[in-house]
Amino acid sequence: MDLTLKVWRQDGPGKPGEFREYEAKGISPDSSFLEMLDVVNERLVEAGDVPIEFDHDCREGICGTCGVMINGHPHGDQKGTATCQLHMRKFNDGDRIVIEPWRATGMPVMRDLIVDRSPLDRIIEAGGYISVNTGGAPDANLIPVPKPAAESSMDAAACIGCAACIAACPNSAGQLFTSAKLAHLNLLPQGQPERYARTIAMVETMEEFFGSCTNHGECEEACPKSISIDNIALMNRDYIVAKFKDRRKAGQR
Amino acid sequence: MTTLDAKVPAGPIQDKWTNHRFDMKLVNPANKRKYEIIIIGTGLAGASAAATLGELGYNVKVFTYHDSPRRAHSIAAQGGINAAKNYTNDGDSIYRLFYDTVKGGDYRSREANVYRLAEVSNEIIDQCTAQGVPFAREYGGLLDNRSFGGAQVSRTFYARGQTGQQLLLGAYQALARQVSLGNVKLFNRSEMLEVVLHEGRAVGVVVRDLINGEISSHSAHAVVLATGGYCNVFFLSTMAMACNTTAIWRAHRKGAFFANPSYTQIHPTCIPVHDEFQSKLTLMSESLRNDGRIWVPIDPDDTRAANDIPESERDYYLERIYPSFGNLAPRDVSSRAAMRMIDENRGVGPLKNGVYLDFSDAINRLGKDVIEARYGNLFEMYERITDEDPYDVPMRIYPAPHYSMGGLWVDYNLMTNVPGLYAIGEANFSDHGANRLGASALMQGLADGYFVLPYTIADYLADWLNVKPVPTDHEVFKEAEQEVDGRLKQLLSINGTRTVDSFHRELGKIMIEYCGLARSKPGLEKALAEIPALRDEFWKNVRVTGTEDNYNSELQKAGRVADFFELAELMCRDALEREESCGGHFRVEHQTEEGEAKRDDVDQAHVSAWEWKGFNVPQAHHKEPLEFENVALAQRSYK
Ligand SMILES: Cc1cc2nc3c(=O)[nH]c(=O)nc-3n(C[C@H](O)[C@H](O)[C@H](O)COP(=O)(O)OP(=O)(O)OC[C@H]3O[C@@H](n4cnc5c(N)ncnc54)[C@H](O)[C@@H]3O)c2cc1C
Ligand code: SF4
Ligand code: FES
Repeated sequence: MDLTLKVWRQDGPGKPGEFREYEAKGISPDSSFLEMLDVVNERLVEAGDVPIEFDHDCREGICGTCGVMINGHPHGDQKGTATCQLHMRKFNDGDRIVIEPWRATGMPVMRDLIVDRSPLDRIIEAGGYISVNTGGAPDANLIPVPKPAAESSMDAAACIGCAACIAACPNSAGQLFTSAKLAHLNLLPQGQPERYARTIAMVETMEEFFGSCTNHGECEEACPKSISIDNIALMNRDYIVAKFKDRRKAGQR
Repeated sequence: MTTLDAKVPAGPIQDKWTNHRFDMKLVNPANKRKYEIIIIGTGLAGASAAATLGELGYNVKVFTYHDSPRRAHSIAAQGGINAAKNYTNDGDSIYRLFYDTVKGGDYRSREANVYRLAEVSNEIIDQCTAQGVPFAREYGGLLDNRSFGGAQVSRTFYARGQTGQQLLLGAYQALARQVSLGNVKLFNRSEMLEVVLHEGRAVGVVVRDLINGEISSHSAHAVVLATGGYCNVFFLSTMAMACNTTAIWRAHRKGAFFANPSYTQIHPTCIPVHDEFQSKLTLMSESLRNDGRIWVPIDPDDTRAANDIPESERDYYLERIYPSFGNLAPRDVSSRAAMRMIDENRGVGPLKNGVYLDFSDAINRLGKDVIEARYGNLFEMYERITDEDPYDVPMRIYPAPHYSMGGLWVDYNLMTNVPGLYAIGEANFSDHGANRLGASALMQGLADGYFVLPYTIADYLADWLNVKPVPTDHEVFKEAEQEVDGRLKQLLSINGTRTVDSFHRELGKIMIEYCGLARSKPGLEKALAEIPALRDEFWKNVRVTGTEDNYNSELQKAGRVADFFELAELMCRDALEREESCGGHFRVEHQTEEGEAKRDDVDQAHVSAWEWKGFNVPQAHHKEPLEFENVALAQRSYK
């Protein structure tokens, strides 16, 4: 199939950027979206040009490295699918495809389609863990976990940290990502001791980088792992409880 | 040729590790702060080591070329992690896990290491559970297990089809906690391009910042490589696009011995290749063989759709040839069986390059819901790629390069022959012999990182108390920086006509053909003539566009492919000199009448460790003899 690509090119962080057009001819409908970009890039190099830089690695929807806006949709418009899992058979011959990086003030463009997602690491560092040092853990079966709790926790833990939710949000809010990690840990018995401290620390770090949530729901729509927006409700509830639990601390702010 | 000493402690196998832990030197808590440790890689091995060493109080610097530690390729592991918990009460024990792993490795691993691995396996499950890894549970709230190839007990713990993801997130989160406490300093998007030695010991590394191209040196008391596997030497493999050999190859060039490079695993269940532009292969977890049955049509000319072929005209060949292990025969055995079927022209699919993995019996017996709960994400992944629904039609699968058992040679303490340089996880050659059993790599990576290295590294560090690391303005660092910079400039200046990928693809074809599932003397000799020729052309004719001081993926790839050429040559040489078949290394000259691997325990019961002697000069061959005091050597049988 033959396609026309309109791609965001930007030479480096803080540099000006612009859209440029490329012809992608003779693309196999069985190839993946990123394989299509590989073909375009190989031709660019052959012509002595600089290829389009994009982030990717596993190419099977699990590492969370890939992710671009495709015709205005994060990871394209196929539901529950990461950019690397998208296949060209979902497009039509002659299509014009607009490809852009994630846009959010908290995630500046580093080059072309690559953005800086390190704020997500900062949010995890703020409390996205259970504080247990290596060694000395009790036998695993001493901590029974009700199956439904384990399942819901796993549903949330499936987040791949791609940041599509933030790119999708008109406010660039980080709620879906943050709440997914909170739900993973806060739903488990092991996560209870730090539940409220964790919630406060992660929410407040998130707010340093990203906008506020006004319930648009675009995040859930864009999420390649179909992480549920219910997690945000749980997070908000825990946040309020946390604030009431520690009135003294709340009063100090 | 020298004989290598693995420094395995004396005593009965079940006491070695306990005694060794007692005998090793310790660093007291107050002194730990005085040490700097560099770790390259944040996969299961690197992240768990960095977190644990940080908790202990060492100053740790950790580097990854990814944008976040959580992206390491461990994230993609699907099926599960082994442990000898015997929660299923089916007769498992540390000894049985040890025995199965030695046998599964076709008696080419070091007994003492494997025993230690089995010993700490249970602690790994405890640790990960305490961290909040959401392992699958039974209705009563206790942990669930599944079966993996090469074992007759159910000892595999799992988190849906995303076990690696959840284990890595656990280790990543433990690491994040140490980063926030200031014990670990994280350098993302930083690629290590050289190991630096001073007076024969490892004292630091040179890294390149991938965003602005800046080259910098970092010094430490010890350097740990946790940089994963090198199957991308085959171009198409189940590994992530960026997986490469550069870190361990640079160490090899600085004197670290490379062990058993030709031991690579071809995994039986991957989605078959569909066209020339394909960039990577996708694994369908071995766990699927718990419920899927593998078959091909009896008649090579059968062109009917799978569901139209009646039971009586199907050949469930694994169940037929290996009745006691059936669909759960180990990987090397299953892959070769699949290859035989395809060679007999009984392959399925448009290119006749696959075999069926059929779930219809399991769906009829257990219901679609159960199968969906067990493997939902894998079925979905398959559907995305092939546009076929495996709930309705059988999957088509094919063997593909998947895991590298070979790697840097390490002693019992996981130290390479270069003092102060350690290799952990898939980067070392350690515990899997000539064939890795399913669900053992995750176990090994975490064993190394959480429970072995943190002890053994102290034994080395203790001797360097109050000695400051070599400063980074020392000439050894300056020279290494110049070397790195010179190489990058050279790659950019060639300005030839062929892309990096075109070379990589061609190298991959040579390797899969001559150093893949089946290897022969004439084939390997052919490869040994073709690889250097292609390498020379690469250095004359590659085209790398862009600049050095900017994000440049072509330049990154070029450096990696340059190292793959040298590794590929060593792999073929190793395969040629190993005159036997064992595990993943199958020499057609050495097989039984039934076509199974035939070992030579008299002349080949050793680890081959290769010493770099210079560019275009053959490596020197060293050996570590393998002694089997606990497991009797036998021809592996899964019948
Ligand atoms: C598709 C797939 C499924 C698998 N499923 C299973 C399974 O079910 N069970 C099982 O036991 N095993 C499984 N395995 C194997 C297992 O996942 C790997 O062997 C294991 O995760 C390797 O971990 P690691 O920490 O050694 O390396 P990796 O996870 O590969 O990490 C390597 C790290 O090193 C970094 N790095 C590398 N080179 C450099 C450099 N030069 N500079 C800076 N950083 C560098 C990378 O950024 C990364 O952080 C699977 C493997 C694959 C490919
Ligand atoms: S919640 Fe979904 S969209 Fe957001 S980071 Fe996680 S996987 Fe990506
Ligand atoms: S490349 Fe890993 S999720 Fe897309």
